Amino acid sequence: MKQTIRTLLMGLAVLAGSTLWAETPPNVLVVGQIAEPQSLDPHAVTAVNDFRILVNIYDGLVRYQDGTLNVEPSLAESWTISDDGTQYTFDLREGVEFHDGTPFNAEAVVFNFERMLNEDHPYHDTGPFPLAFYFGQVAEVEALGEYRVRFTLSEPFAPFLSNLAYPTGLIISPSAVREHGEDVGRNPSGTGAYQFEEWEANSRVVVSRNDDYWDGAPDLEAVVFRPITDANTRVAEMLSGGIDMMVEVPPDNVATFASDDSFNIYEQAGPHLWFLILNLKEEPMNDKRVRQAVNYAINKKALVEDVLQGTATVATGPTPPAFGWAYNEDLEPYPYDPDKARELIQAAGADGAEVTFYVTEGGSGMLDPISMGTAIQADLAAVGLDVNIETYEWNTFLGRVNPGLEGKADMAEMAWMTNDPDTLPFLALRTEAWPENGGFNSGYYSNERVDELLNKARTSTDQAERARLYKEMQEIVYEDAPWAFIANWQQNAVATSNVQNFKLQPSFLLLLHDVSKQ
Amino acid sequence: MERQIWPYIGRRLVMTIPVLFGLTVIVFFIMALIPGDPATAILGSYATPENVAQLNAQLGLDKPLVQQYLTWLGNVVQGDFGRSYNQNREVIEIVGERFGATLILAGTALVLCSIFGLLVGIISAVYQYGWADKILTLIVLIGISTPAFWLGLLMIMLFAVQLRWLPASGMFAVYGGGDLPDLILHLILPASTLAFIATGVIARLTRASMLEVLRQDYIRTARAKGLNERRVIYRHAFKAALVSIVPVIGIQAGFVLGGAVYIETVFQWPGIGSMLVNAISTRDLLLVQGGVLVVAAAYVFFNLVADVVQVMLDPRVST
Repeated sequence: MKQTIRTLLMGLAVLAGSTLWAETPPNVLVVGQIAEPQSLDPHAVTAVNDFRILVNIYDGLVRYQDGTLNVEPSLAESWTISDDGTQYTFDLREGVEFHDGTPFNAEAVVFNFERMLNEDHPYHDTGPFPLAFYFGQVAEVEALGEYRVRFTLSEPFAPFLSNLAYPTGLIISPSAVREHGEDVGRNPSGTGAYQFEEWEANSRVVVSRNDDYWDGAPDLEAVVFRPITDANTRVAEMLSGGIDMMVEVPPDNVATFASDDSFNIYEQAGPHLWFLILNLKEEPMNDKRVRQAVNYAINKKALVEDVLQGTATVATGPTPPAFGWAYNEDLEPYPYDPDKARELIQAAGADGAEVTFYVTEGGSGMLDPISMGTAIQADLAAVGLDVNIETYEWNTFLGRVNPGLEGKADMAEMAWMTNDPDTLPFLALRTEAWPENGGFNSGYYSNERVDELLNKARTSTDQAERARLYKEMQEIVYEDAPWAFIANWQQNAVATSNVQNFKLQPSFLLLLHDVSKQ
Repeated sequence: MERQIWPYIGRRLVMTIPVLFGLTVIVFFIMALIPGDPATAILGSYATPENVAQLNAQLGLDKPLVQQYLTWLGNVVQGDFGRSYNQNREVIEIVGERFGATLILAGTALVLCSIFGLLVGIISAVYQYGWADKILTLIVLIGISTPAFWLGLLMIMLFAVQLRWLPASGMFAVYGGGDLPDLILHLILPASTLAFIATGVIARLTRASMLEVLRQDYIRTARAKGLNERRVIYRHAFKAALVSIVPVIGIQAGFVLGGAVYIETVFQWPGIGSMLVNAISTRDLLLVQGGVLVVAAAYVFFNLVADVVQVMLDPRVST
């Protein structure tokens, strides 16, 4: 017996001596992700978590310029847009190959979009493709030669290029789709800086350097994406050296990493807005004074500094500042002014009104919804609104909010991350976007001028003209206050000090092409 | 096997069929009752009523509920568990992958908690109200009343972050590794956390059964005959007490499988528990069905094994 125990202990000591796990391998970057990816088929997925891997395996025709949301060439070297804004003709980069060795050309581009959009395409059944509506205006995609492709839109649609730069526009190898069918999401092949190696379920996705990458081979030999769903475990792995980088650091842990020289914290404002939808159909929020009062009453600075511990900034209006060119810099956030809020509420005769407030337990981009909801409840109570919170799990919450708040609630939390200044207001502020018409305007805001501006901005291909239209829209919406504008999230990441040349992008995508590790 | 053990096992196995069938009905309709649906979960912020309806139609979720269930059942009988909506893979493939990992974790934990539970129980009973009993009882009570996920996090903070002796999470090293020592290293923290929690019940029960047996006349007789104490405790008392302990170990097997849900989430163990948590929150109905069916079948199986062992140990239990 004693002999056995001694042998066992010695075995353990040997194991403990070989501290393999305490260090990640040299020149291999290990990234702690928030969840297991659903699929690595760029047309089949919707989650930012999956996009973070995809953009390293695939390229699109265009991409976002480093550090901005402006579009620049990628697999397409150049393009022309017809005067009426309905025809986009792209000249493609020559000599690019997919990781499986097949050539990238106009036929491949046509295959990608036909598969997603044409129900009669032989590989349309390898879907579903939930974000295909990003390209809903595409009427036809034709190859005009080996390296020229033309998209014809049913109507002018200004966000088209920006949508092409979004992960839904990434180009997958047609032969991989033909070979693997609906399992192509686990056997991905793109043209990107890294090629897919293996995916071990719930354990890791490994990608390795593409030595032939058209934009220069990356430094790193490989990148390993590890899904670690529990935020505390993710932090523990970072502290114990099991991963080199983690995304979405909980606000409570940012300080821990900041005070330690062996870690670097990265922050970047993104096109995110956290807001309250107000129900304009019913009392008391049908009165503009009450809606403005809500905006004045909420101490947004305290929310972002105390609850979110500086991981967000105070929002001004419906358009996040990350959309530099379309953002109206003349507007200032509603100041925290409880006295003014109280006056407005009394003037509207809404003092003591009962308000039902939908709060979610958590969800994509929702930050810390329960604590934020409670703080908002207290702020509103202080100015004379009697707020009752109803809390729902995320999917239930969406199932109640998206069909419209009428008869159910007066306010609801919501957050959006988008890639174009068009998306959120177009889907959630127009009269035609009321829930019964299939939109997200769950609070029933309606302003003819806003409708007109948004419809116009969508069809103009002149960026300066679009900017002017969006800025006017922001002024009106700010004044009408159909929402309470609360916060713009700053996404964050932590990496060990060995990781070099890393940058977060306003697009929320995790580009690892230039990253190296000492 | 003069006691007709095989017909008994056969009867028990037949009885599991209605149990599993009833279970699938309940799970199916509970999943339908929770608000939200797979399409909303997949689409997230983009879940307009229109998009949801379209995706539901693609997923075959626009059919009446009973018809959906019968279709599912018909397919299962033919060995087709369907595809996960969310991962777009065969359910059977996912469940198969995950269940192996859970068995390794839960099996190790069960062995550990049985060994320690029995040892602690015996020591506590033999030295009833002595200091050893008091200390062990205290530790065991802490184990019973500690939330599994919290203990797991503490273990990670101590052994992975502070001491750096053991990896914080996962089943294998991320790069390289993949062999048995690597697995054992990753297994130590989650398995011992799970075992610590489950040890308590077995220990308390062993103690109670042992105390009961130790008061029996034949033990006094054995002692009176001058047998050495060790022999009295292990050969005479323990063997008799084991009869009432074995079914509890069977139940603990189920508990360990259930507890694995938390432990797997905290330690990022790629097992069926963490898969179920994720599948439920994304309303991935077929995956939930498949996973629950396998867990339930395992639970039933462990109970059966425990009952069979009990039958073989105890001549009084009738088949």
